[in-house]
Amino acid sequence: MRRRHLAAGAIALTSLISTPFAARAQQPVEIQFWHGLNQPLGGMLEQLATDFNATQAQYKVVPTFRGGYAETAVAAIAAFRANTAPHILQMFEVGTGTMMSAGRAIKPLHEIVAETGVAIDPNDVIGPVAGYYAAADGKMMALPFNSSTTIAFYNKDMFQKAGLNPNAFPATWQGVEEAARKLKAAGIACPMTTSWPSWVMVEQFLAIHDVPLASRANGFEGLNTELNLTNPLMVRHLTNLVNWQKEGLFRYAGRDSAGDALFPAGECAITFASSGVRARTVREARFQWGAAMLPYYEGVQGAPRNSIIGGAAFWVMNRGPNARRTPEELKGVAEFFRYITSAPVMAKWHQDTGYVPVTRSAYEATKAAGYYQQNPGADVPIEQMLRGGDPTPNSRGIRLGGFIEIRNIIQEEMERAFQGQATPEQALQSMNTRGNQVLRNFERTNRNN
Amino acid sequence: MQKKVIFKGKLLPLALLAPQLAVTFIFFFWPAGQAIYQSLLREDAFGFSREFVGLENFHEVLTDPSWVNAALNSLVFSGFVAGLALGLALFLAVQADKSIRGATAYRSLLIWPYAVAPAVAAVLWLFLFQPNVGMLGRWLNAMGIAWDYRLNGGQAMTLVIIAAAWKQLAYNFIFFLAGLQSIPASVLEAAAIDGARPARRFWTIIFPLLSPTTFFLLVVNLTYAFFDTFGIIHSLTNGGPAKATETLIYKVYVDGVQNLNLGSSSAQSVILMILVIGLTAIQFRAVEKKVHY
Repeated sequence: MRRRHLAAGAIALTSLISTPFAARAQQPVEIQFWHGLNQPLGGMLEQLATDFNATQAQYKVVPTFRGGYAETAVAAIAAFRANTAPHILQMFEVGTGTMMSAGRAIKPLHEIVAETGVAIDPNDVIGPVAGYYAAADGKMMALPFNSSTTIAFYNKDMFQKAGLNPNAFPATWQGVEEAARKLKAAGIACPMTTSWPSWVMVEQFLAIHDVPLASRANGFEGLNTELNLTNPLMVRHLTNLVNWQKEGLFRYAGRDSAGDALFPAGECAITFASSGVRARTVREARFQWGAAMLPYYEGVQGAPRNSIIGGAAFWVMNRGPNARRTPEELKGVAEFFRYITSAPVMAKWHQDTGYVPVTRSAYEATKAAGYYQQNPGADVPIEQMLRGGDPTPNSRGIRLGGFIEIRNIIQEEMERAFQGQATPEQALQSMNTRGNQVLRNFERTNRNN
Repeated sequence: MQKKVIFKGKLLPLALLAPQLAVTFIFFFWPAGQAIYQSLLREDAFGFSREFVGLENFHEVLTDPSWVNAALNSLVFSGFVAGLALGLALFLAVQADKSIRGATAYRSLLIWPYAVAPAVAAVLWLFLFQPNVGMLGRWLNAMGIAWDYRLNGGQAMTLVIIAAAWKQLAYNFIFFLAGLQSIPASVLEAAAIDGARPARRFWTIIFPLLSPTTFFLLVVNLTYAFFDTFGIIHSLTNGGPAKATETLIYKVYVDGVQNLNLGSSSAQSVILMILVIGLTAIQFRAVEKKVHY
């Protein structure tokens, strides 16, 4: 009797345990997706995941906001060390060098495409964007998605007030200086400002003038690269910025995106910011405004060229140092990637946000729909990125290890120059020395990966 | 004189001590040990390559001009925060101790800031002093004073000191008030009858009798300024402009969390640990003897 009861109990137990397993097999595979976009962009991004989940039942993408880009990156690295990394990590462009050297922490995009057979065409990604995320052999390591570049935004009402042509933004820095002077004379307190001081005034600035920021093709050719920030053109530009600030033509608004608010609020007449600021300006600005390409110094050999990209890409991570992804999980990731890069989805994302269309098909679709005719200026970022044909080694992008830290160093030293604590030459020299130290440390710890 | 409880066995006292010891071990000794271990290593962010480098991280930190800068900032910052928070709290406590109308309301209001989280406190100050949106910030600029703490290091330091001191004021106030109320009224009355004026009564009677409280608060305030002001600095200035408000604890965060340089960050926290152990030992041994109890 007793034994039979036990046996029956055991059978009951096994079935109890196995049922949930069976049920779980039909549950969708969860794909963790960590992103660093705050509102309203974050909501739009999460909507894409929701839309994708609605198209099929096999996979479920779970987006989570993890703070800004830098915080998200740090959280994912810590999670990787604790064996709980997300499948997809949205990493901003300055983290590219770090991710490229991350060895088995990441699963390169080209391997995923090869292993899963899901059709994502790397040739559809536009040149400057693809080059930024390609390894030395030209294979794509990550999926660029919300790529942006920096452009100029200007207040047409203020231009009119200052007697300037509201439909022509000056193409050169000489012209911008002159315009700023007229704006100031017309009583405008803040003629010009900038967001992302390092990205705009150093990184983009050097790229469009075809001057290297660092040796070894801006770090693309190896970790043994050195900064080249003391070049005469950089000295000339920083000296100008500092002088313009003293004269009241330029206002330093803080690091990173701190300057974004000043333009839509109608405070500054000209700003240089991420093309992603377009969405915000459309919503908030109570004045006529225009978008234009970044200015360049007239007479510099090779200028103006294409600008480089910013924004972020999606990297696929392994779960931990010794935990690989299953083929099922990779398939889910690939299907999600295919969905978001499909022409209609990508085109809509581009039009809603102001980010660059990263695929040719999305660009063509947007063009064909007449979007650029209805929204003049919306094609400025992509036109600027395609300017001058194929990118040169100086305008392909920047791939430096520890670039997050280097960018902070650049911003700190710019602040010292703006405060008058250092001359522009001293500040640039100091950026070079301190930045090279970071590069050497990175080279040392990543030599063996 | 001393009351002692004698346990018969060893098991019960050990069992009673165990929870406290476990907490101390898990939350103090273990992480501290990890920091010491990490400070001798150099590794990449993902933890793939690990190299034992001995004391190289320490050498690098101590010869780094930006670390020296952070150390000086910490001294200036904690000195001013402690001085300002203690001085103002004492002044306010003496005023609140007087029999004035609405004293209770006044007292409760002064205690409020203590309940405000550091980041929230920072945002409140931001709303006041931000040059573009802050009330006082705009007013200062309209008055012709070039107020912009995002670019002026001295102004940034002033702002974080004020915000940090304001936050600590309430805590000091409570302790000073309690200290004042425990001073026997008869002593003060006797002095008043002898003709001592309020200022003299304060310096010769109240201040010495308060010294145990003051000393305790000094230690607490210095620790606060060194370790608990991260939130305020992070929300107000991010250690900027150009590292003008970067204190030692903020630098540990920047190097470890932002720059992912774990070895250097750990070495800095070990140095900080040694500094604090030393500081506390000196304070308790040398200064305590001179405090009037």
